Amino acid sequence: MAQYQENVTVTRVEQFSSDHWRLTLAAPRIAAAARPGQFVMVRPGAGHDPLLGRPFSLHRTAADGTIQIYFKVVGRGTELIAAVRPGSHLAVLGPLGRGFRLKEDAGAILVGGGLGIAPLLFLAEQIRRQKVDYPADTVLLGARRHDELAPLLGDFTACGLQLHTATDDGSLGHHGLITDLLGELQIPAGSVVYTCGPEPMMAAVATFCRRAGLSCQASVESVMACGMGACLGCSRPNIRGEYTHVCLNGPVYDAEELLWKI
Amino acid sequence: MEDLTGTATAPVDLRVNIGSLELANPVMTASGTFGYAWEFENLIDLRRLGAVIVKGISLHPRDGNPPPRIAETACGMLNAIGLQNVGVDRFIREKMPYLAALGVPVIVNILGDSLAEYGEITTRLAGVPGVAGIEVNISCPNVAKGGVAFGTDPQMAAAATAAVKARAAVPVMVKLSPNVTDITVIARAVEDAGADSVSLINTLIGMAINLQSRRPALANICGGLSGPAIKPVALRMVYQVAAAVKIPVIGIGGITCATDALEFLLAGATAVQIGTANFVNPAVSEEVIDGIAAYLRAEKLPSVHPLIGGLILD
Repeated sequence: MAQYQENVTVTRVEQFSSDHWRLTLAAPRIAAAARPGQFVMVRPGAGHDPLLGRPFSLHRTAADGTIQIYFKVVGRGTELIAAVRPGSHLAVLGPLGRGFRLKEDAGAILVGGGLGIAPLLFLAEQIRRQKVDYPADTVLLGARRHDELAPLLGDFTACGLQLHTATDDGSLGHHGLITDLLGELQIPAGSVVYTCGPEPMMAAVATFCRRAGLSCQASVESVMACGMGACLGCSRPNIRGEYTHVCLNGPVYDAEELLWKI
Repeated sequence: MEDLTGTATAPVDLRVNIGSLELANPVMTASGTFGYAWEFENLIDLRRLGAVIVKGISLHPRDGNPPPRIAETACGMLNAIGLQNVGVDRFIREKMPYLAALGVPVIVNILGDSLAEYGEITTRLAGVPGVAGIEVNISCPNVAKGGVAFGTDPQMAAAATAAVKARAAVPVMVKLSPNVTDITVIARAVEDAGADSVSLINTLIGMAINLQSRRPALANICGGLSGPAIKPVALRMVYQVAAAVKIPVIGIGGITCATDALEFLLAGATAVQIGTANFVNPAVSEEVIDGIAAYLRAEKLPSVHPLIGGLILD
């Protein structure tokens, strides 16, 4: 599994709301090796404070050798990363972890909430390229408000999958939870649900899938120092009570492998 | 002195000896920050390392602590991994063949709950191909009944050292805890018990609190502080210990660049270990090796030996 540490150039900075950002980075080797669901570690700067890289799922890769990350400013690290300008450099390590395992001969349902929609664009674009019946597949995206979803809808629409949205305040799409929409879908037997989002949302999706007899892959988040199996900081128990490591065993797990707090 | 990352042009002699163990250069990777080395194989030329020190190994496998296990702090991080490891038998069977094939000295960090365990792990490692040394962890603060008692009491530290030394077929390095009143007392105790070298410092016990949740940042409440934040403490202790013992001292603590490593040599360290920086920059060890070579060339020094303990006091 190829991994690269690259000092990449920022080629584009997009601000989608007061605290939501999307960066495009020229990282040809990472872009060429990356799979949907994998992540990168991005250092906030060359100094010692903050010290550690931050994990970001790969939002997208492009044939021109660029990668994108989509994130929210939640602290000093992400604040510094959001402060870059086109032409700035960032130290990026990746691609890391185990991504989504796309089942090409089965229906695909993508369920994303909040920042968890980030890796689903990469997956939707892969589905568009690799699955003949992609127009029958579905993307469900949820967020608190319309401004967290609206800027990304164009890119998702371009993938050609069925697209439905939900917001907590009803400002875009269904007024309520994305899992309400999941329950209303006519899902072909044998379909696979791919999900990323807040833990309670993924717990609900995993529970729905178990009851419906659908297999489900969930991309989880964790604090981590290295992203590559050295620090053992990103432990997460599996159903047998053994610790797995999100950076190596995940971030995408078969949902039935994990314990979900409902 | 900021940029010492130039690549090698003229060959320089970077060799150092840790007792009977000769290293091609004074840069090792610290236990618990470099996995079992394969994790880094895509990102660094492992064969260039002075030595690899592997994740602490216990007699039986350990699951480690519940999450969250790490927390970032100013210029550093706290960890309470809890000594998660596969146990000595699986280590020998599954991890050691890869490490032995690297062609660099492999030093196995060991930890025990009792003198008998330290002895038994050492016995099982004796004669295993590729094991060039043993580092005795008497200082990990994370497991309630673990190493902490050994590392903070001179008699216990000496007893653990003697237990390993009596069964070891390779040089024994003892890793010291900084969480003591006078680290030189422990250093002398393990030297008298037969240690071939001492490495210091392990992490400083610390704590972080999340105001929003009003809870500790770590599930374990306390953890070990590492990273650039601890470098001044580590330098001071290396300086003190180097003056107190005759055996080689290995400097550890917040090294992120060649400048840091060279400062440890001046303070009296014969070699260094790079720890937390491996998480941030997986290629850091190679950069430090290249930087030390560049410094020797710039200063027209034939080897690193004139620098070891070469601190000038006016």
